[in-house]
Amino acid sequence: MTAIPTVLDERFRTAAAASGELDVAYDVLDDTPVGRLLVGVSERGLCRVNFDPEPEAELERLARHFGPRVLRSPKALDRVRTELDEYFAGRRHAFDLELDLRATPEFHRRVLEELNRVEYGHTTTYGALAAQVGAPRAARAVGTVMNRNPLPIVLPCHRVVGANGSLTGYGGGLDRKEWLLRLEGALL
Amino acid sequence: MSGIPPFERFYESHKGEVLAFLRRRAGRDRADDLFQETFLRALRAYGRLEHGEHLRAWVLTIATNAVVDAARRERPTAELSVEPADEDQRPAVEELAPLTDDLPPKERAAVVLRYGYDLDYDTIGAALGSNEQAARQAASAGVRRLRKEKEQR
Repeated sequence: MTAIPTVLDERFRTAAAASGELDVAYDVLDDTPVGRLLVGVSERGLCRVNFDPEPEAELERLARHFGPRVLRSPKALDRVRTELDEYFAGRRHAFDLELDLRATPEFHRRVLEELNRVEYGHTTTYGALAAQVGAPRAARAVGTVMNRNPLPIVLPCHRVVGANGSLTGYGGGLDRKEWLLRLEGALL
Repeated sequence: MSGIPPFERFYESHKGEVLAFLRRRAGRDRADDLFQETFLRALRAYGRLEHGEHLRAWVLTIATNAVVDAARRERPTAELSVEPADEDQRPAVEELAPLTDDLPPKERAAVVLRYGYDLDYDTIGAALGSNEQAARQAASAGVRRLRKEKEQR
């Protein structure tokens, strides 16, 4: 099998994203402070942040939700990578990215939009979020929404804790939730 | 949508063979540009594929046409030899290939993509780097030519 020169490979991946023909451009960030992250953008905005990605399964999932033209294209993720770097360095307190939540069910989207108002360094509870979307008894359902958050870190589900202040749970593991809250100064 | 792999997997599976094919057909210098052209054409048509069969033959057909188009840009009047170097590399659906061997390259590709892959003309146009109308014309010209050849036999 002919080996593809890296320059040629990267050039195509960049051109593919620039052509506007991709459903999703993604990249895997190998060494963030919270481990490996897969990030994906569609033409509408950020559509995926995934901890410890299993590329095969994740590509299938992206293709199912957004269309089969899914390609790794690091250049297309420059802006996302920069904002995440700034966030991890403590220099960015809010993300300035378009978000693509079209693959997310309506109730989930409402909760996530409410979640997006919880500011850097602050926390809220599952019950409080449930009340804010007009479903005060749906704290457990809100927990499910957090667990399936397609854009963790950017949509800050790490800022949602139990009514007694316990960390409760996190899709990416409690260690990461704790790390993120410490970064933001919400935990001492 | 079932059976069509994410483009990343399609690209990773075929990029080595496509580059080798282009180097043999167009030389090392031209192969790089044609490589990008081939996969951009494939990408344009990819979202409209209806199944994931014969993707290798499909992308080699696109590569063949990228070579033909480039050669035509450089030498608009020259006769072109566009037959694959060997049987093994034949970029077409196996059953149709022998029948369409004698067609001009564009017509051959349009016929093979239409009747071998069952692609619509919109998709074929994208794969050939032209448009729906040109693809339709090429396919029907190819079929007319095949009929005429058959009558003459």
